[in-house]
Amino acid sequence: MLTIAGHNFKSRLLVGTGKFASSQLMKEAIDASGSEMVTVALRRVDLDDPGDDIMSVLDRERYVFLPNTSGARNSDEAVRLARMSKASGGGEWLKLEVTPDPRTLLPDPVETLKATEILVREGFKVLPYMNADPILALKLQDAGAVAVMPLGSPIGTNQGLLTRFQVEIIIDQARVPVIVDAGLGAPSHAAEAMELGADAVLVNTAMAVAGDPVRMAKAFAMAVEAGRSAYESGLGRRQAQAMASSPAVGLGFLN
Amino acid sequence: MKIICNGKEMDVKDSLTIEKLVVDLDLNPATVVVECNGSIVLPDNYAEQQLSEGSVLELIRFVGGG
Repeated sequence: MLTIAGHNFKSRLLVGTGKFASSQLMKEAIDASGSEMVTVALRRVDLDDPGDDIMSVLDRERYVFLPNTSGARNSDEAVRLARMSKASGGGEWLKLEVTPDPRTLLPDPVETLKATEILVREGFKVLPYMNADPILALKLQDAGAVAVMPLGSPIGTNQGLLTRFQVEIIIDQARVPVIVDAGLGAPSHAAEAMELGADAVLVNTAMAVAGDPVRMAKAFAMAVEAGRSAYESGLGRRQAQAMASSPAVGLGFLN
Repeated sequence: MKIICNGKEMDVKDSLTIEKLVVDLDLNPATVVVECNGSIVLPDNYAEQQLSEGSVLELIRFVGGG
């Protein structure tokens, strides 16, 4: 059971709601994923084409909504978005994102820590999106983050767990859940993160842009379960030297 | 009178309330957050708060995102 800020989740797969071809497809994919926590973003209403209201598409009883601060370039903008989110009924959960560089979308560690401190004081349950920096992960936990979300690779790149070495250290030191976020492009990437001992993963692009997002969502769900089971079962040790799986004795008849 | 709504100039009736504007735009007041002249307006105040000439409004809501 995954517990974040005292809230229990059966599923260890968090799903983002962006980039799906239609609201209906998004809804079906999230359903297939078994996820209980979904991220959403805040944007200006397009007054010429308001479109579907995501808050009426998704059942708020069924999913914990995790609003993000995507688009924020510094802590002031992130805090402003967080306050708007709360005012619009988004609750206290918050995926804090501060990404000043549109080319890499890498998170700003200094501004992220600063915003975490402010928002924790204001009562938010802050889950900061962060570079896979073990020292920063400790500082964010000290500041009151209820989970940390190190990136596997840059947002939307589908490159997988390029940060494996650092994520292992973050998991080893963590006092709060570690959710690997961003860049997981295939179920095998999600399984790899879970086998390392990540508490959960967050996936969006890989599902949304798949040929069949609903089946892909199911595939991610199975991979997350497989990876978690493997972690809990205890993986065998890696070693350089070969070790026969078949018995070394009883071969006398070959002579 | 003229207001700026989501970056565009809009001609509206004098003493229009935020609630009336949101409903006129066919939006759900329960899921739209309103910022007026840089300050968040809480939903409880939509019915009372009147707009004035030059008011700068932002109508924001949740959309799909990761």
